[in-house]
Amino acid sequence: MDRSLRVAVLGHVDHGKSTTIGRLLHDTDSLPDGKLAELEAVSKRRGVPLEWSFVLDALQAERDQAVTIDTTRVWFTWKGRRYAIIDAPGHREFVRNMLSGASEADAAVLVVDAIEGIGEQTRRHAHLARLLGLRQLAIVINKLDAVDFDRATFERLAEGARVLLEGLGLSARATIPISARDGDNLVNRSTRAPWYDGPTLIEMLESFENLETPAGGPLRMRVQDVYRLEDRRIAVGRIESGRIAVGDRIALLPSGANATVRTVERWNAPARDDAHVGESIGISFVEPIFVDRGDVVAHLDTAPPLDYGFRTVCFWLSTAPPIVGEYLLAQFGPTVARVRVAAIGEALDTASLADIAEGEVPQYAMVELDLRGRVLLPLDTQTDLPATSRLVLLRDADVVGGGFVQSVASRATNLHPSGHLVTRGERESVHGHRSAVIWMTGLSGAGKSTIAMALERKLFATGHSAFVLDGDNVRAGLNSDLGFAPADRSENLRRVAEVAALFAEAGTIAIVAFISPMEADRELARRACGADFKEVYIATDVATCESRDTKGLYARARSGEVRNFTGVSAPYEAPADADITIETRDRTVEESVDELLAFVKRAIATS
Amino acid sequence: MSHDADLDELEARSVYILREARRCVTPLAMLWSIGKDSTALLWLARKAFFGSVPFPVVQLETEMELPEVYAFRDEIAAQWNLDLRIELCPPEASVDQTLPPASRAAARKTEGLKNLIAHGGYKGVLVGIRRDEQATRAKERVFSPRSFGSDWDVRNQPSEFWNHYATDVPEGTHLRIHPLLHWTEVDIWRYHERENIPFCDLYFARDGKRYRSLGEKNITVPIASNASTIGEIIAELETTREPERAGRVMDHDSEDSFERLRTSGYM
Repeated sequence: MDRSLRVAVLGHVDHGKSTTIGRLLHDTDSLPDGKLAELEAVSKRRGVPLEWSFVLDALQAERDQAVTIDTTRVWFTWKGRRYAIIDAPGHREFVRNMLSGASEADAAVLVVDAIEGIGEQTRRHAHLARLLGLRQLAIVINKLDAVDFDRATFERLAEGARVLLEGLGLSARATIPISARDGDNLVNRSTRAPWYDGPTLIEMLESFENLETPAGGPLRMRVQDVYRLEDRRIAVGRIESGRIAVGDRIALLPSGANATVRTVERWNAPARDDAHVGESIGISFVEPIFVDRGDVVAHLDTAPPLDYGFRTVCFWLSTAPPIVGEYLLAQFGPTVARVRVAAIGEALDTASLADIAEGEVPQYAMVELDLRGRVLLPLDTQTDLPATSRLVLLRDADVVGGGFVQSVASRATNLHPSGHLVTRGERESVHGHRSAVIWMTGLSGAGKSTIAMALERKLFATGHSAFVLDGDNVRAGLNSDLGFAPADRSENLRRVAEVAALFAEAGTIAIVAFISPMEADRELARRACGADFKEVYIATDVATCESRDTKGLYARARSGEVRNFTGVSAPYEAPADADITIETRDRTVEESVDELLAFVKRAIATS
Repeated sequence: MSHDADLDELEARSVYILREARRCVTPLAMLWSIGKDSTALLWLARKAFFGSVPFPVVQLETEMELPEVYAFRDEIAAQWNLDLRIELCPPEASVDQTLPPASRAAARKTEGLKNLIAHGGYKGVLVGIRRDEQATRAKERVFSPRSFGSDWDVRNQPSEFWNHYATDVPEGTHLRIHPLLHWTEVDIWRYHERENIPFCDLYFARDGKRYRSLGEKNITVPIASNASTIGEIIAELETTREPERAGRVMDHDSEDSFERLRTSGYM
């Protein structure tokens, strides 16, 4: 048996969506015994004519106010095929519920009231249909009995709907004159519109196809969890695209670790050594590699590009607009990233279809956002692979938006420079821990080097491979050609970052202790090191540093002998969002080191 | 086992939901009413977790189930090595007396469930309800947040789209997780048939009657039927015009009895 065709019924509040569905169920002989009698009784109790919508509007508040509050779903069978009809609320405040229902649909029916014409939600829902990629559309012009099935009225509204959809790059397969209440042209052909010879609604539904993710796409599986089973570690997840088979060489993204598929695991199912799109499975690998929730499994030759930044077009659900600089959570299923709103592009009011003043984003607008994370993300675009380009945006725990990746910021990042016959995973398993770049920033005298050296000692003592890069060992050799002018300081940090990235690639924990006062320089370092980069802010205030003044530098800066001294005569841009902030005031070095050590051990744990 | 693309899709989605629940919501428990749906859900949990059910399985006990139900429970619990917990529900006298009589057993279960959550500190409870069973259940989310008093705020349900589920809930609240929401009654039987999942034989006809839905013995009545195989049950469902819960007296006490039960915390 095939799965049901999922059809969302959309349109403005009160245009007759629930009525259309209720009557459709009746006319396809799908209502259970007693339902009609119950509807008659309930309608009578409320003093209204027979209300078909009560089939779906089951909540008291819905029946009392005659509106659908939440999305619902009913099933029926017609000519051997199963249909799941999704009733989506048309009320403005319930758009988020409507999105919940419509996001799963294969096709949509847009209901337009013959008297009121195209309403605010008609436009909004048409927009949403476009964003969601619903391309199988039908329009029904409802309540034509109220205008005696006047052909001119119908044609005027049909034209209005056609123009609306055309403006969105959409078109309807058919526009059907109906009276949902009386059952005209739903299942039974109307005798009151002899001028219409197009399909009935049920004929239209019969022509719609189930949308399936095409087989043959590139492999994508997001890891949900890792289970231990006998001798195997099993990464579980659902295949969102493509096919995976035993023996396949795969990459785990964003780490870029390579591995060979050892087994495809299922419980109490016929054994097969491959799995296809849609299946929830487990896989184990030949190599002992680190795999964690959120990792994307892809084939080496068709892996998605990795980037920090991307542009999304999304439906904005919150009354509070996005703000440049704020952090949101971007969730691609189990893959989650903290992202900063870098820029807000064009916004469109989906009800009036008007452009909005720059910077304003009203609720339910469609808006372009440039988002930027601090770690590399595997990113597919809507054009390349719609299923894996979908994301949900959260602010705290609230869903504030949903949309698709339109483009990635740059495709310059190449995480597979390989050529090495030793993989990073192999190096890490020799060391018994992951590597990382522990980038310590803070004022002169904050305690960076002291903490760094103590940290290195402690890590070494517990069998870890770690090495400190600081001014003393880098400026003496590698960077001996550089001075302290701003350009030289930036170049100094650029080289340190590249070296640190190589240390990490080689399996070593690179501990970097540099003032690195500018956010822009640290951002470049982050890009060079990718997901390995951990920013540690040694937060010691100027007064404390100055009171320590172990090298006498503050005194010399105050006297003007040393110029461009960070914290005195040059700025220090404290990290807004460090991975960890170590407060050193009123604490011993030992306490600060232990706090940082605990953080580092978590960062390099082999899960 | 025959290949059935529709069942494959239903199963894969439920397994995905179960794995999300286990990873993101702890501590977690599952309700088992010992009926066909929650037994299928147990089976899906074994699919998701490769043979074991890695969380407590709770029966909300009213001591009013049919004897066959208890026998089946004990047999399966032993066979599948379940961590079975029995939560005794408070007596009928302690529940809201304005509720119609047949709804009171459900209200007892609601109280039992609230006690379970309070004492066990559970952040999530897996429940085997389906959208097609009952019109208010059709409006549920897969991950449905509940306030401290277990109330269901139907007007303010979170958005839930694509494969994103909101698993973060504030202190003092919990999630009802519904991995079977997208299944229908026929789907459940077809799945039982394909997977050969055991179930209580009260679902089969005896002397021209069978239970289509299992509830407390004083408020559940069998339907007229001669179906004695799953195939016959499926054939019967394909032609029936009776709703599934027609034999559940509590649903028909008054127009809003089920909604009242649900908004105050019933499954």
